[in-house]
Amino acid sequence: MEKYTKHTSVAALMNRSNVDTDQIIAKQFLKKVERTGFGQHLFHDWRFLEDGSLNPDFELNNPNFAGAKVLVTGDNFGCGSSREHAPWAIDDYGFNTIISTSFADIFYNNCFKNGILPVVVEADTLKALMNEISNNEGVEFTVDLAKQKVSTPGGIEVEFELDGFRKHNLLNGLDDIGLTLKQTEQIDRYEEKHKQQFPWLWAS
Amino acid sequence: MAKTMYEKIWDSHFVHQEPGQAPLLYVDRHLMHEVTSPQAFEGLKIAQRKIRNTQSILATLDHCVPTIQSHRINLPDPIGAKQVQTMMDNCAEHGLTLYDMESKNNGIIHVVAPEHGFVHPGMTTVCGDSHTATHGAFGALAFGIGTSEVEHVMATQCLPQSKSKTMLVKIDGLLSQFSTAKDLALAIIGKIGTAGGNGFVIEYAGEAIEALSMQGRMTLCNMAIESGARAGLVAPDQKTYNFLEGKEFAPKGEYWDQAVAYWKSLPTDTDAEFDLVVQLRAEDIAPQVTWGTSPEQVVAVNETVPAPSDFDKEGKRIACESALVYMGLTAGTKITDIEVDYVFLGSCTNSRIEDFRAAAEVAKGTKVPGHVTAIAVPGSYMVKKQAEQEGLDKIFKKAGWQWREPGCSMCLAMNGDQLEPRQRCASTSNRNFEGRQGKGGRTHLVSPAMAAATAGAGRFVDIRELEAN
Repeated sequence: MEKYTKHTSVAALMNRSNVDTDQIIAKQFLKKVERTGFGQHLFHDWRFLEDGSLNPDFELNNPNFAGAKVLVTGDNFGCGSSREHAPWAIDDYGFNTIISTSFADIFYNNCFKNGILPVVVEADTLKALMNEISNNEGVEFTVDLAKQKVSTPGGIEVEFELDGFRKHNLLNGLDDIGLTLKQTEQIDRYEEKHKQQFPWLWAS
Repeated sequence: MAKTMYEKIWDSHFVHQEPGQAPLLYVDRHLMHEVTSPQAFEGLKIAQRKIRNTQSILATLDHCVPTIQSHRINLPDPIGAKQVQTMMDNCAEHGLTLYDMESKNNGIIHVVAPEHGFVHPGMTTVCGDSHTATHGAFGALAFGIGTSEVEHVMATQCLPQSKSKTMLVKIDGLLSQFSTAKDLALAIIGKIGTAGGNGFVIEYAGEAIEALSMQGRMTLCNMAIESGARAGLVAPDQKTYNFLEGKEFAPKGEYWDQAVAYWKSLPTDTDAEFDLVVQLRAEDIAPQVTWGTSPEQVVAVNETVPAPSDFDKEGKRIACESALVYMGLTAGTKITDIEVDYVFLGSCTNSRIEDFRAAAEVAKGTKVPGHVTAIAVPGSYMVKKQAEQEGLDKIFKKAGWQWREPGCSMCLAMNGDQLEPRQRCASTSNRNFEGRQGKGGRTHLVSPAMAAATAGAGRFVDIRELEAN
């Protein structure tokens, strides 16, 4: 996983609430057995017209948002299915930061496994960020993970909360599994105790 | 200190916490299907890691599988076929139990795992599938995970987890004979919203929950995720033990008594405190129908489609406006005046034998109008067989329904069963998101009995009036 470094990038606005994982990556694209190549299908049903051409009315097709790494969007982003194809598609499309008031639980977890930073802000702050983009499409936001801060040319400075362990892994591009495997001794010890306590789970 | 059931399960599965890291939680059972696992197996292979406990895994094929018999032998979709083959190869290579399409045990993972007693009270259970919450019906802490976590659990039998907050959803009184666990689930989501459960594990309790069958509890917990909760839980009781006893993976002999004694210690202590308590009265819950594109956009069947101005919050108003456009509905329309093109009876929410019995009871003597397609998709071969032994298939066929092979089918429409743009469907599944059942398809979530009544009339029906007539 790539390290998450401080960056200043175009922020795209998609003012929709409850964006679900079926919209992020539609079912017909879930059949691949690889992790790559999902970006071309991100938000497929909104992004493309029936003839396959780009839908000019869809927010992310706005040329001012080209190359955006930051996505600013409405409440409860990523609700629905557990499919990790959703963050794979978001990452592959080019976003590495999503700002909203709230995220669905499984989606939020999945982001960190893929180098994506989900930033939770208050409703008022989100509105201010959205207004700044609306008034100045193509505006670039600076995201500083180390300082847990988002700042904008319009003078908005937001500090956000983040679990320290997740921050550390994101900053260093660390593989979670490797970290857990370092605790194998503790897992072995727990498992021995577990076998004593719940012998019926181990009888085959 | 008094503890909730969630806290008891958490404490008994806490492995270790390194300074600066998240607590490690031990995983007892790992369920799998073909869609969310291939990249996890690939990841293991690349890192040259082994599966820690192959016995903890039960796998099935459900999402991609056709529900038409002739298509199951030769999958019409080559990409889906490759995914199915990859699952079979991965399970064979690692020696995992797989209920493939030829197995008499094949079906939807959240239907087949309980059928074989694979998940017990007090266990931790995961699956790369959000509807893993289903198994909370047994008093197990069961939740959906992403593919990276599937790989993590295979390699370590653990997951780094942060502790959730606890919510008690207490349902006093009893449901009327026309309202089911599905209506209860939808009414709860209508009350707390699809983000209401974010950060929580919900425990469902109260007289109405105790009165639910195991199947009903599975339906209710299945939809915990639709309220944003990590998991749903119901305390195990005699119904739970009776359901599990004698099943293939249930404890046997002296272990059975030992297990039951342990299970009896699991329910939440009387004076334990929850972070949030929500209360509803069961008598107030009428049969529910969703009208929009989120499960929280739901009303009672005798109500009308709401208008954006009915909502206080700006976000809900905008969501209502766009849902009405997508759904092709006008505010103020009576739900019972809405006509449908399609009816889907199935999914991990409502495809167990009781669901088919309830729907057949209503379907008996009805005739699906010519312009309506109604499909009945059992959750597993075991459900299908049982239904056929009871003659339910004949009732459905006589009423003009198609009787299919098991699978996830039109719940997420990956297998070829899907709506055409603008087709309207009464569905017993769990999500009415835009495009969920096919691009442009319009989904209304209902209970099995409501689905059957709707199929017979070609429009939504208040089943309470049906009975009165």
